[in-house]
Amino acid sequence: MAGAHLSEGVDYSRWDPIFGKLGWDVFPFQEPVVLVTFIAVVLGGLAVLGILTYFRVWRYLWSEWFTSIDHKKIGIMYMVLALVMLLRGFADALLMRIQQAWTASGGAGYLEPHHYDQIFTAHGMIMIFFVAMPFITGLMNFVMPLQIGARDVAFPFLNNFSFWLTTSGAVLVMISLFVGEFATTGWLAYPPLSGIQFSPSVGVDYYIWALQIAGIGTTLSGINLVVTLVKMRAPGMDYMKMPIFCWTALCTNILIVATFPILTATLVLLSLDRYLGTHFFTNDLGGNPMMYVNLIWIWGHPEVYILTLPVFGVYSEIVATFCGKRLFGYTSMVYATLVITILSYLVWLHHFFTMGAGADVNSFFGITTMVISIPTGAKLFNWLFTLYKGRIRFELPMMWTIAFMLTFVIGGMTGVLLAVPPADYVLHNSLFLVAHFHNVIIGGVVFGVFAAMSYWFPKAFGFTLEPFWGKVSFWCWVVGFYLAFMPLYVLGLMGVTRRLSQFEDTFYSGYFITALLGALLIAAGIGAFLIQLFVSIRNKDALRDTTGDPWGGRTLEWSTSSPPPYYNFAFTPKVHQIDAWWHMKSAGYERPTENFEPIHMPRYTATGIIMAGIITVMGFALIWHIWWLALVTLIVTVAYAIDHTFNYNRDYYVQADEVAKIEGGRSQLLIAGAKES
Amino acid sequence: MSTEQSADAVEFYVRSEQHDGEEHHHETGTMLGFWVYLMSDCLIFGSLFAVYAVLGQNYAAGPSPADLFEIEMILVSTFMLLFSSITYGFSVLRMEKGDLKGMQLWLIVTGLFGLAFLGLEVKEFTHLWHLGATPMASAFLSSFYALVGTHGLHVTVGCIWLVVLMTQLQLHGITPENKRRVLCLSMFWHFLDLIWIGVFSFVYLAGVLV
Repeated sequence: MAGAHLSEGVDYSRWDPIFGKLGWDVFPFQEPVVLVTFIAVVLGGLAVLGILTYFRVWRYLWSEWFTSIDHKKIGIMYMVLALVMLLRGFADALLMRIQQAWTASGGAGYLEPHHYDQIFTAHGMIMIFFVAMPFITGLMNFVMPLQIGARDVAFPFLNNFSFWLTTSGAVLVMISLFVGEFATTGWLAYPPLSGIQFSPSVGVDYYIWALQIAGIGTTLSGINLVVTLVKMRAPGMDYMKMPIFCWTALCTNILIVATFPILTATLVLLSLDRYLGTHFFTNDLGGNPMMYVNLIWIWGHPEVYILTLPVFGVYSEIVATFCGKRLFGYTSMVYATLVITILSYLVWLHHFFTMGAGADVNSFFGITTMVISIPTGAKLFNWLFTLYKGRIRFELPMMWTIAFMLTFVIGGMTGVLLAVPPADYVLHNSLFLVAHFHNVIIGGVVFGVFAAMSYWFPKAFGFTLEPFWGKVSFWCWVVGFYLAFMPLYVLGLMGVTRRLSQFEDTFYSGYFITALLGALLIAAGIGAFLIQLFVSIRNKDALRDTTGDPWGGRTLEWSTSSPPPYYNFAFTPKVHQIDAWWHMKSAGYERPTENFEPIHMPRYTATGIIMAGIITVMGFALIWHIWWLALVTLIVTVAYAIDHTFNYNRDYYVQADEVAKIEGGRSQLLIAGAKES
Repeated sequence: MSTEQSADAVEFYVRSEQHDGEEHHHETGTMLGFWVYLMSDCLIFGSLFAVYAVLGQNYAAGPSPADLFEIEMILVSTFMLLFSSITYGFSVLRMEKGDLKGMQLWLIVTGLFGLAFLGLEVKEFTHLWHLGATPMASAFLSSFYALVGTHGLHVTVGCIWLVVLMTQLQLHGITPENKRRVLCLSMFWHFLDLIWIGVFSFVYLAGVLV
């Protein structure tokens, strides 16, 4: 859905000292498809704003959410951002499926190539950076501190700021839909195509700044969560007593800190090429485009594991809970995670076997890639052996987990196939590859995120999700996935390359129509999920979780109330074993109801959202070459950040009687819940 | 198995928290966090070094390091930066003694050395620019300016931070929070020194020797 129009119509070489490259013609007035979307979005947006104003929730949202430094609220905001962007990214997917089914059946299609190129670029970039990443970061933010028995993350303000930087990037991508256009380069923007010579419009600049701003947010959040995990575990929780999800979160955040700076540096160099005319990645004066491809994949491949490791953690938690037994092979699970973390750094070149690195280099990277399947396989066996002789409850999270185990194995095997360099020469850049990475990302990450949402939703909001519509959504997603992507494997084997908007031959028609049906089924799955949310909120009294432990959980987050109080734990837990909460329950732990103490907590602050807002304006100014505005916002940002460091009054004590009041409320809820059942 | 122990033998929560202990806890968290940040920054430099290693000999028929670098001047500026690290160390020693005045004095000396380094860098860049050796002239020069310029930008940020910190020391004195900030900047400053040693040997020395 990216702004289709007028790369021919707009003269991007013009420049005005006040408005930069902006002009009236950058708005999509003459392109009906985009104009209609634009009007729909504006009207929809106004309606939402109107409703929010009508119910007077602005002050509430500002003071309780936007300025919140509570890790739980920030986690939930990440999830909301990801869901909103999922709708946008999925709309792009549908547009492409319709176009391909149409043109493969002999039609002319409705998207011109320039528009189509923007759509696949936006789809890939949004799905990775603004759907999968916020989902993962949101989950880690919400769950991890609760699981380690902490009251917040190590740097609560930084956490809020990171979230708003991610949102800032998402806002820039959304603006590109209606002001100017988006990149036509594919989601990793390889030069020389993404250089100024071949992409003179603002599309790549939108890409660069959206990614740069969101990427810095991600790096900061990675540092934050690493320190949280290292420094803030409850007393007694050694590394080898951490829940597996925390282990995977630790490895993922180490990977974030170890790779996102490379992305930052690479994007800076690409910006220098585009803005100043340097020669890092150009074809002339000694530049080397392959340098970019190497650098971007040194970040890009670990990124894949940044997304998948935490969902492996999610599945581990769910399997243990819904089988009612300790996870099989905890230690081997930890080592498998660590091995994947290290190996993920040594495989990047398999993304371009065909670019002529030579047989010896290709075999090295082919072998390391194949080796990664060993620890991953070990994980699958651990889950299988946990299922073995377990009392399996087929609740929704467990259903997603089973679907993952079946689907991910297929994706893993096609991945090993692609890792064989000679095979890759045939399959490179084909729809087989597209099917493979959707297979692992949907079958792994997306299924995992849905599993996690249904698993931890009661913890976040105090009521469980209504299962019927969840099951409808589950079946639509799973069947839809197979319908949408199995045909792409076949097409890829037949040699159809990716990123094509037109087909001469109607031979492929049936495959593309099947894939479109699959995509429509997935759309139904997303719809059913939204209905599930709506129905659950409507019936929230009947679905209320009074115990704080609706599934018979094993880890510390289930020991506190649902939703947890803002200080998480009235008393910091002490840990003696893996599955600390299970141990507490089986040892007859009694919840303390008196002798509360004051609790040390950080204050809310608006600095994060305001600073990210200014940075968004700076990004926009840089995209459109409005230099004065970029300079002003840069100075304001620096001054504001310095000003923030002069605030030494950042925390306070929650008084003991307030803790007693909140905990007393929970006691009553527990009694009421016990009476009902 | 400890599950078989009776409930009263096992403590499941911390009954009384030492608040000052918690304070200390947070301090070490900040130092670790800043250290992790430095490692991430180190990777930015790592990427730029890698780019220089790959592109640094692509002169595009333009000037090469041997034509451009005046190693004597670079040696002088290297010592400016090395001395600034030593004087920062002196300042931290004064801080441990609780001597605010002495501490600020050494910080000012540190800042002056930092500014001298930056002045020499600006002088070098303008000189090169006048020779026509701009970042746009070749991939070698692009990667040279990117690496050395990024380091210079860091030193500039360090100088601004130094001024801010001296103001805060003036306002609040040697408090635990200010101590922590001084130590963070200290890590940052020494880190930049270390990076510069890499730049000096890898870019300048290797450049004029070859």
